[in-house]
Amino acid sequence: MTTPEPHAGNVWPIWEVFVRSSRGLSHVHAGSLHAPDAAMALRNARDLYTRRNEGVSIWVVPADAIASSDPDSKGAFFESPQGKDYRHATYYTKSEGVKHL
Amino acid sequence: MASQTLQSVPAEPSPARHETRHEMSPEDAARRDAEGQAYFDKVMAEDSRIEPRDWMPPAYRKTLVRQVSQHAHSEIIGMQPEANWISRAPSLKRKAILMAKVQDEAGHGLYLYSAAETLGQPRDQMMQDLMDGKAKYSSIFNYPARTWADMGAIGWMVDGAAIANQVPLCRASFGPYGRAMVRVCKEESFHQRQGFEILLELSHGTPAQKQMAQDAVNRWYAPALMMFGPPDDDSPNSKQSMAWNIKRFSNDELRNRFVGMMMEQVKVLELTLPDKDIRFNEETKKWEHGPLDWDEFHEVLAGRGPCNAQRLERRREAHQNGAWVREAAAAYAEKQAKKQADKEVAA
Repeated sequence: MTTPEPHAGNVWPIWEVFVRSSRGLSHVHAGSLHAPDAAMALRNARDLYTRRNEGVSIWVVPADAIASSDPDSKGAFFESPQGKDYRHATYYTKSEGVKHL
Repeated sequence: MASQTLQSVPAEPSPARHETRHEMSPEDAARRDAEGQAYFDKVMAEDSRIEPRDWMPPAYRKTLVRQVSQHAHSEIIGMQPEANWISRAPSLKRKAILMAKVQDEAGHGLYLYSAAETLGQPRDQMMQDLMDGKAKYSSIFNYPARTWADMGAIGWMVDGAAIANQVPLCRASFGPYGRAMVRVCKEESFHQRQGFEILLELSHGTPAQKQMAQDAVNRWYAPALMMFGPPDDDSPNSKQSMAWNIKRFSNDELRNRFVGMMMEQVKVLELTLPDKDIRFNEETKKWEHGPLDWDEFHEVLAGRGPCNAQRLERRREAHQNGAWVREAAAAYAEKQAKKQADKEVAA
């Protein structure tokens, strides 16, 4: 795994931490930490976010490597599903009362 | 929306966003601020949450940076009064418990620094401000922990007050702060129970042990009550924090509620609280307590408490002593990165 460039001021880069709380569940964002490389980030994440068996698996991701949608255009970016109620089962009411449907 | 710009997420320092704003025309910037404010107001009205990359009023950001970083500093400095007792814990079990608790405090500090960073405040800056004596932290940690019974009183009363303060903060309007608080609160209840248990064992021990427990309760009572901050009529920032859904109850409301809980719990301990004026006001349906020495509170907060200098000196020393670890880790990471790069060139 490549290690991101340290920030100015010789500060260790930020890593985002994702923890899988038990088998069968997805990894969920838990928080972030600073570490010089991926191996240290994983160890620090274990000590910081799983002191009480909160996880069975950890991902650490360089914060710089994450791309996200622009928060300033939240409406426009997510407008496609608007007005498309027919994508939900609740749109279809004529079958009400029919068993196993 | 094919041209949707994707930006790298978290912890992108806010100055970068301000720079892009400089490139905007003044009209565009004003429109953006107006739209941002409208959205922010809607989020507040709905009691929803603000997330790091959302537009927020500069004063909201500033208030949160101050509050969350001070909270983080309190956790970090808060390790010291108890760490002093790890080597002198009366049994191996108590030593293991105390170590776990102090490790938790470090963890809480790191959760909170992480939350503050999402507001664009660099971590090294926060830590430097603490070491330079520029940053504030909870006044309580500038009092000395004189006896083993203080470990009980700190857990029961200081962590108890912290929980009373922090439970409503789980619903703070700034998402990362609320989430950090949820994690902290889960862990704090162990802290309070282990403290209560220490006091309970001492109060059922020899008369000297019971007296030691009572002394500790007597010394920590008033400082613990003052952890909720100055009285409401002397707390100018509270109103704005409540309007922003950061704070949910006033300092006095939380303090009164806490006194009521302590009054019940102290009976189980068979100890007393050093305050003759505690009473339940039937008219207001609220607990009341005797006068507190707010001059002392302001003195301690201003850096003139019993242990302020010692706490900061210890923090600086710990940071300096860790320098070689940071350097070694950085050197190792650099070496590994170079090895990796060489391998890729060879391949």
